[in-house]
Amino acid sequence: MTTAPYLIVIGGSAGGLQPILTLLPGLTLSLNAAVIIVLHRQSQYESVLTELLSARSSLPVKEAAEKEVLLPGVIYIAPADYHLLIERDHTLSLDDSEKVNFSRPSIDVTFLSAALAYRSNMAALLLSGANNDGTEGLIDVHEAGGTTAVQDPATAEVDYMPRQAIELAPVDIILQPGEMAGFINEIAGV
Amino acid sequence: MSRNPISESEVNLLLNDVLERYGYDFTAYAPASINRRVNHLYVTDRFPSFAEYRYRIISDPAYALRFVEEITVNVTEMFRDPLFYQALRTQVLPILATYPFIRVWHAGCSTGEEVYSFAILLKEARLLHKAVIYATDINASVLEKGRKGIFRLSQMQQYSRNYMESGGREDFSAYYTANYEYVKFREDLGEKIIFSPHNLVTDGSFNEFQLIICRNVLIYFNKQLQDRVLTLFSDSLEQLGFLALGSKETLNFTSVTGKFRQLESREKIWRKMQL
Repeated sequence: MTTAPYLIVIGGSAGGLQPILTLLPGLTLSLNAAVIIVLHRQSQYESVLTELLSARSSLPVKEAAEKEVLLPGVIYIAPADYHLLIERDHTLSLDDSEKVNFSRPSIDVTFLSAALAYRSNMAALLLSGANNDGTEGLIDVHEAGGTTAVQDPATAEVDYMPRQAIELAPVDIILQPGEMAGFINEIAGV
Repeated sequence: MSRNPISESEVNLLLNDVLERYGYDFTAYAPASINRRVNHLYVTDRFPSFAEYRYRIISDPAYALRFVEEITVNVTEMFRDPLFYQALRTQVLPILATYPFIRVWHAGCSTGEEVYSFAILLKEARLLHKAVIYATDINASVLEKGRKGIFRLSQMQQYSRNYMESGGREDFSAYYTANYEYVKFREDLGEKIIFSPHNLVTDGSFNEFQLIICRNVLIYFNKQLQDRVLTLFSDSLEQLGFLALGSKETLNFTSVTGKFRQLESREKIWRKMQL
């Protein structure tokens, strides 16, 4: 089996669930990318989240497991209470080290590690949120040649995180929730 | 890249240096996490160049020890994943109770919070008097902390909540005495714990156990090393002994999976069915 040639990483915090629920039904079945979702949340809602996203998606949705191979057309959810890292051989690793930006999983950690593994063959999308996570990671993705996208703060339930990112990171495109699926399909569709 | 100044091949050079000079083998660790930590230490300690970082590690054994201690992860908490501890209480302890003497190995115990948690379980099941817990880690300074049994007072509210969620019915604060920002756990809990250095990568088995606990350690190893360490655990368990892993770790798809059967709770506890 060949690993996913392209990677989309979506990071969200407070208010990040809504745009994810909006974009999932629009993803094409022929998506030639793996999709990773890093969403800050309380660990007790763990299984509910995977079920909730699964119900909205025609593509398979699963919690990311360590050593798992990234496959195209699969949506991986970073488990609560672990950082999610991507190895150069396109497998996943978990890490329970210190929180970053008061968060575990941290969006910055996954964005940076994805950038090191996928270089220009990836895109990062940062959604609504109330903290600083994700901005540094978008800079890393940009430096590695990847595409950076941010939710339009005007559409975000909590606009702090996307606003920070737009101010401090090189952002290629600002998206409405309704445009996100199309954006992903276009850069990673077949 | 600016936030990842040390490349993967440079990381590999350092890991080889540390192996050759000091005997610590990190070369079979999963690369992404070790890469992140090697870079993090480089930035934290403000090295001006990779060459200076490398020279310091090669020439200064005290700094090399810091390197070893900092690139390994030492995050832990008491009664982490309370339902796991509940499963130990209800499914494992009643069976351990039937043995005249209970030997437990807690591998990769870090500063010992989970070891004291397990000692509390044994105490409440009235089994601690006939048990010994070998608590091991690669990192000598975290073991020293564990030996002291002194933890931060600020954590106790969370730990007390975890304890209750794990099925604890006692007054959690009765297990320690508080002094300013720290608490010290009761001496009788620590009496049955032997903190001792052990390197899962290079050291072998040292006893036979009825229970081995190793949580959130295997996630840092590559597949081959995982298999090797699981074989070490399997060889160190009595028949019908238990192996308890972290909440995202599994025996599935490993070389020892055929010898073990997972308990029916959804917790990551397996029982050795075959020698």
